[in-house]
Amino acid sequence: MRGHRPDLKWSDVTPKHVFMNRRALIAGAAGLALAGPAMAKLAYSRSDYSTPDAPTNLEDITSYNNFYEFGFGKGDPAKYAGALTTDPWSIKIDGLVDRPGEYGLDDILKGVSLEERIYRFRCVEAWAMIVPWIGFPLSGLLDRVGVQSKAKYVAFETLLRPSEMRAQKTSALDWPYREGLRLDEARHPLTILATGLYGEEIPNQNGAPIRLVVPWKYGFKSIKSIVRISLTDRQPETTWNALQPEEYGFYANVNPEVDHPRWSQATERRVGAGLFGGRQDTLKFNGYEEVAGLYVGQDLARDY
Amino acid sequence: MLADRLNALFRKLPAWPIYIVGPLPGIWLYWQGATGALGADPVRAIEHQTGLYALQLIIAGLAVTPLRGFAGLNLLKFRRAIGIMAFAYAGLHLFTWAALDMGLYWAQALGDIVKRPYITIGMAAFLLLVPLVATSNDRAVRRLGAVRWRKLHWLTYPAALLAALHFVWLVKAWPLEPFVYLGAVLGLLGLRVVAKGARSASRRKGAAAPSPTAS
Repeated sequence: MRGHRPDLKWSDVTPKHVFMNRRALIAGAAGLALAGPAMAKLAYSRSDYSTPDAPTNLEDITSYNNFYEFGFGKGDPAKYAGALTTDPWSIKIDGLVDRPGEYGLDDILKGVSLEERIYRFRCVEAWAMIVPWIGFPLSGLLDRVGVQSKAKYVAFETLLRPSEMRAQKTSALDWPYREGLRLDEARHPLTILATGLYGEEIPNQNGAPIRLVVPWKYGFKSIKSIVRISLTDRQPETTWNALQPEEYGFYANVNPEVDHPRWSQATERRVGAGLFGGRQDTLKFNGYEEVAGLYVGQDLARDY
Repeated sequence: MLADRLNALFRKLPAWPIYIVGPLPGIWLYWQGATGALGADPVRAIEHQTGLYALQLIIAGLAVTPLRGFAGLNLLKFRRAIGIMAFAYAGLHLFTWAALDMGLYWAQALGDIVKRPYITIGMAAFLLLVPLVATSNDRAVRRLGAVRWRKLHWLTYPAALLAALHFVWLVKAWPLEPFVYLGAVLGLLGLRVVAKGARSASRRKGAAAPSPTAS
């Protein structure tokens, strides 16, 4: 036919993950009336790593946050994180990797299959939640950028943008927020990068557009709004550990036997349980016993 | 003068409404907690707010004497009610922690009182208030005598300091708020030192320069 354009390539056809997303979007539209504000529905599969516990309410998960970039108050992130621009977003991946560079979020998510991971979440302040994250294993991303054999640790950094993250104008913490994991912890299948919550894009106050989730460690390890991932051969400096080393260790594994110097870690209160919710026992590794093998031969009272 | 007019107004106002109005925020707080209006963690919210009320009332009570000395305002008749309400909120704060926060974990609660310095000093501050509230009535003042009663009520000073430190000690990092309260307590105690210095200086001066009538 005359009007035929011969310069169409295969790449001009809608890629599979995009049309799969569209289907999910249409399927999701049915449930949208329930969900309230129109956040983008994500396509995801369920995971055997999820806990059978009932998740905490979306309202509670999104209104009770520690995200000091927006203030010290638990309600501050919900109040002020709306100012954060999360699109465009990129992550600088550098250090001991084969393919360093500035990766756009789209690049990072290309070809990634998202999973729902319903995880227990235990804050170092002795409160806990059950959070239905949507994300993907960090190990997959590490494989794609090629981790060099000398690398032993992964360091992470949160965005530094005082114009949008109001508390960064103060010296509340040593900005930007930094966290880190040992490489074997980072590669553990439980460790994910989350981009969603309750089946939708993750709200800003929970660390949009992409955050770490390490369910067997205290919440402060699960760094939010990540803009940099560096592979290093030395244990990276992490924000809370540098600020108060006796109180916040590099490992920060949930451990009822090792108390915070100022309060007990033996028990926790479930957020959303109401006025008479009471307490429950905290579980070692937050109940994720399968990670115990990572710490064989290590004294967890010393490496807290 | 403004101070005179205010004092005239204070003389007309009774102190008893403080006992009616004072408990209302606490009742309102518990009502909100029970109906889900305090957000995701009502226990923490009530704990925090009752503690703040107690600390604010202690500071208000501490302000009465300097206000008289430095501004000429006489609020003395309200001080007892302020003190008793401070104790009530400290008690509600302690109850919230023991019953709702710690729940049935009595062993951990008792262990925390001994082992956790911020809880230890909070508990100490509360215990210091007990003899004060027990003697906040006319009969106790008569029985003890004004001098002994006043000395006993100096326990307010360490109680206020410990309460403010209790707040500073429990927070993560360095938020401003607890330090504002600690600063207020230190400031109000500092004013007493200043006033005492001024009093003893004028007494010395009085002794050095004989008064005209004595000459």
